[in-house]
Amino acid sequence: MTLYYTQEHEWIAVEGGRGTVGITDFAQGQLGDVVFVELPEAGRQVSKGGDAAVVESVKAASDVYSPVSGTVTEGNQALVDDPSLANTDPEGQGWFFRLTLANPAELDGLMDEAAYKSFCDGQ
Amino acid sequence: MSDAPDRLLPLNAWHVARGARMVSFAGYSMPIQYEGIMAEHRWTRDSAGLFDVSHMGQLIVTGAEAEAGLETLLPADLSILREGRLRYSLLLAEDGGIIDDLMVTRRGGHFYVVVNGATKEGDIADMTNRLPRGIVIDHMKEQALLALQGPKAVESLSRLVPGVEELGFMTGGAFRLGDGTIWISRSGYTGEDGFEISLPGARAAEVADLIAAQPEVKPIGLGARDSLRLEAGLPLYGHDLDRGTTPVEADLGFAISKRRRAEGGFAGWNRIEIELQRGPLRRRVGLAVEGRQPVREGAALVDGEGREVGKVTSGGFSPCLEAPIAMAYVPAASAAEGSEVILSQRGRLFRAKVVKMPFVPHRYHRKGGA
Repeated sequence: MTLYYTQEHEWIAVEGGRGTVGITDFAQGQLGDVVFVELPEAGRQVSKGGDAAVVESVKAASDVYSPVSGTVTEGNQALVDDPSLANTDPEGQGWFFRLTLANPAELDGLMDEAAYKSFCDGQ
Repeated sequence: MSDAPDRLLPLNAWHVARGARMVSFAGYSMPIQYEGIMAEHRWTRDSAGLFDVSHMGQLIVTGAEAEAGLETLLPADLSILREGRLRYSLLLAEDGGIIDDLMVTRRGGHFYVVVNGATKEGDIADMTNRLPRGIVIDHMKEQALLALQGPKAVESLSRLVPGVEELGFMTGGAFRLGDGTIWISRSGYTGEDGFEISLPGARAAEVADLIAAQPEVKPIGLGARDSLRLEAGLPLYGHDLDRGTTPVEADLGFAISKRRRAEGGFAGWNRIEIELQRGPLRRRVGLAVEGRQPVREGAALVDGEGREVGKVTSGGFSPCLEAPIAMAYVPAASAAEGSEVILSQRGRLFRAKVVKMPFVPHRYHRKGGA
């Protein structure tokens, strides 16, 4: 499994042709208490950089973008039921959705963990 | 607005040292949160929260004609406002629009008026322009303002300032703390029991340290201040109130005193009298929104054909009710408790029901019950 990060503070864990997407710990810290998420339903086509989900904190609503193009296979029902998982375990149980990748070459433009860390330090 | 850098308040370094996230608000750098809005909100409802609201305008209005002069601009009955008593009131335009909402206290031969931070310069200009020349408005620019709010505010503050426990809701007095005198009133903007503390900016850090050292107290940011006041059903100027809304539309009729309703004689009376008699065309109400998704300021209220017939002016997620709540202006026909309305936000429709405010009951310290 390989982890990649976007400049919009999403992560994607890739194994084979499948990926799991969520928001980073940095992102949840910026958002504050998450009170609602809207996730894509299975079968939806998402494109790299396109709207895929909505996350609402006490403060504001934000879009979550898909790190890569593909077809959604599953939204995380546990996160819908308890949106605070996005705060308490953003890179684990608080994942947003899973998808099958349309074009694995899109991963090349994403950051690895070290690059993402230095990107956040510069924010 | 301008691109001028944010001004710093007396407690700026104090907030930063406590890990606050600072944001621009009303032209100042202000703390939005420390540990998190939800935790700070709940702490205030359960214990006591210390807020820095030094951006607000603290004014002294003096002059032989001050009472009569202020009564031409405010719908309050100042003739029955006793020494050390405060009252919520509204600075009204000649057409009945609300220029600002404020607290006015009779204090030692003058009126002490607290207005909103974003509007204070305009308020002073407007009042100076409309009041007779003999009335002087002194803006206490060096004065800080703290609020200590929550069910344990009284036990923590009375430990430092014995006697504050004797104050009833909406009364104030001068108290000794350390080497100086500070003004404390039993009032606030959260729906909880609590106090507001006016003191020289030079002493703000020292007093904030003393209060924050009490075990019941944590510093609270503007984020929780907003969610607390929303649950308490209290309007926020610039959002729920503005120049285009009247006191009757805003459901603030309680701020128009009995004698003033009988006599009029204040700015906007022509329109306000008609609205009091016939009812306004639209009214500010509280909404309970179905589901979990917050519906926020700017969302539209729509009719069966999708036409915009009102708007949401404040909205968010209530930490205490664990559900979305909002304030909105709705047509008079939809303003009754229990009315069902439809909201539109980012192309999606939400069902909501008009409910009584406050959303979370007030727990003010009213002497002698009631």
